[in-house]
Amino acid sequence: MASEAGLSAPDTKLSPDTVDQELAPYAASTAEWVGLSQGQLIWRRFRRSRMALIGMVVLIILYIGMLFCEFFSPYLLNTRFTDNIFEPPTLPRWVDAEGQFHLRPFIYKYDRKVNRETLEMTYTADTSKMYPIYFFVQGEPYKLWGIIATNIHLYGINDKKVPIFIWGSDRQGRDLFTRCLYGSRVSLTIGLVGVFLTIIFGTTLGVTSGYFGGRIDDFVQRFSELLMSIPQIPLWMALAAIVPVTWPPLRVYFGITIILSFLSWGGLARQLRSKTLSLREEGYTLAAKAGGGSDWWVISRHLIPNNASHIIVVATLAVPSMILAETALSFLGLGIRAPMTSWGVLLEEAQNVKTIVLNPWLLIPAFLVILTVLGYNFLGDGLRDAVDPYTR
Amino acid sequence: MIPIQPVSQDDQMVIEVKDLAVHFAVFQGRVPAVNGVSFTIERGKTLGVVGESGCGKSVTGLSIMHLLPTPPAELVGGEIIFHRLSTGEVIDITKLSPQSAEMRSIRGNDIAMIFQEPMTSMTPAYTIGEQIMEAVILHQKVNKREARQRAVEMLDRVGMPQPGRNVDSYPHQLSGGMLQRAMIAAALSCQPSLLIADEPTTALDVTTAAQILDLMGQLQDEMGMAIMHVSHNLGVVAEVANEVAVMYLGRIVERSSVDDLFYNPKHPYTRGLMHSIPQIGQRQRLEPIRGVVPEPDAIPKGCAFAPRCPLFSPATCPPIVPPSVTVGPGHEVLCYRYDS
Repeated sequence: MASEAGLSAPDTKLSPDTVDQELAPYAASTAEWVGLSQGQLIWRRFRRSRMALIGMVVLIILYIGMLFCEFFSPYLLNTRFTDNIFEPPTLPRWVDAEGQFHLRPFIYKYDRKVNRETLEMTYTADTSKMYPIYFFVQGEPYKLWGIIATNIHLYGINDKKVPIFIWGSDRQGRDLFTRCLYGSRVSLTIGLVGVFLTIIFGTTLGVTSGYFGGRIDDFVQRFSELLMSIPQIPLWMALAAIVPVTWPPLRVYFGITIILSFLSWGGLARQLRSKTLSLREEGYTLAAKAGGGSDWWVISRHLIPNNASHIIVVATLAVPSMILAETALSFLGLGIRAPMTSWGVLLEEAQNVKTIVLNPWLLIPAFLVILTVLGYNFLGDGLRDAVDPYTR
Repeated sequence: MIPIQPVSQDDQMVIEVKDLAVHFAVFQGRVPAVNGVSFTIERGKTLGVVGESGCGKSVTGLSIMHLLPTPPAELVGGEIIFHRLSTGEVIDITKLSPQSAEMRSIRGNDIAMIFQEPMTSMTPAYTIGEQIMEAVILHQKVNKREARQRAVEMLDRVGMPQPGRNVDSYPHQLSGGMLQRAMIAAALSCQPSLLIADEPTTALDVTTAAQILDLMGQLQDEMGMAIMHVSHNLGVVAEVANEVAVMYLGRIVERSSVDDLFYNPKHPYTRGLMHSIPQIGQRQRLEPIRGVVPEPDAIPKGCAFAPRCPLFSPATCPPIVPPSVTVGPGHEVLCYRYDS
């Protein structure tokens, strides 16, 4: 800048003030990120990716729904309306049959007719009586998180004989929306718990294998290759068969989680091993040793933190495959069993052509799976770009 | 058992290296990286170690830290006697296991090291303050707050501007010179009695390098530590060292006081090095050393410098390693051309 100014107007000397003025825009553009912590810088880059933000918001909504599922659902997991099996979704209405607008949403009751020849059930809305929807209604009592006893549900109708199934009902007359919310408890957490275990297995084994090398390295790598070379579904089936039928559902859940994470640490371990192979040659590893650090000190204080961004991204991208694996296992009838519910268990009921033709709403859990998986993938993509300091 | 003798306060010796030999196992066989190196450093003194790449300078430094990667490196022989002032013991470092608690308590505490590349020797994941605190927390019974206090003090002493603020900077936010200062602060935070500086100014520009060398000299005067200054830059060594050891292919070929070495070099290799430095104001052709450093698996028997030596003659130089000849007070040369 200074030399250009000097060329065009050789007589004008640059005073410190002019230099300050010329540098001012530069200072302003850098000043906003100077002195920010690593986390703040990552958040800044992350915010720029719209899809990642959408993914994050969708996931937050799903997880809030999961946390307060008893409150958001109008019924309990096993509340049955025996007269209302396979009822199609009842959408809240604002305009009644006469074309009048009502501020408070309402529903019409469905009347069931069974065709004598085909046994096909048809539901028609009975427009004679409106059932208004109220919020924070009293319903069946429950204990939120097993602690807070209450009976308040987010929405419902006062006539307890008439059900409100916004996503329809299943073959036992249970509310699909309620069941999806309860099912997310398993489906959304199995990914997190499983990935947590995967990270512990993968990080310890991968980093130690890369750091020490030699025989430890050979053993860990060959073992992970062995695990990865076995076809997945037969292996799942074999391992799921180990889980005793007599186990309570909660223990089955943890059994399945451990099985899934035990099978999936291989990829992470290999990536971290190769990163560690290069990191252990870095000057700071030697410097830490020269400072008197033990092997464990170097691994825990220097190698794992420097791998952290990679671990976070891999973890985010691994959650969906965990969720899909659980869904697949439950779909095959090998995973979670009733009375516990997961999206895979719900989809097991939608396993035939009849469902797809006659009761397509039973496939809603599949869309929830897709939504979650996409959410995690976008979030992971955004995070990967955000934690890489070399992206602009 | 490790022989332990008491160190008295008036013991001036810090480290004695005797006949150190380190071999590297490589694909072609075994390569001697260090072959019978001996030297001593006294308290408050600086030994400059010069030589070209691959002559064993850094390996000697890492041997003292007991940080050689084994394999491929292998300690074949020799002793490294360290006079540990903090506990009053005389320890042979080669007898300790590299990962033993005792060796770890020496590293970073009694013997510290400064590395060549300040940019890669700092973990990018931590602030420099946390990295200075690391050695303090590992070795001294202080809590985090005191350690941080110490880090700020050290940064102040090494001339870091705004130490209270820069203690929270990440390595990428500082320049190479600043990082080298931070690294010196980290190395000196436990007041070591021996500092191994492995080409500490190579990655820096000359102005910054001069500042860093000044700083090291100042801190040495204050703390009285011994420094082993490894460098391939004769100018740097002339500036900082009291005594110089010239290494060629794993051996110290000449060792003398710094003035003797520069004004009265004896070994043909040292002379060759002096002649290959351009002198300001003299318009003469530079006289290079003939030939190239032999491949590590083709080191000649006897005097390793023989194939390149202008004074070599088969009559005077038999194919046996030449003995060390004392040519003056504290001046030793590994050459057949001199008589004691």
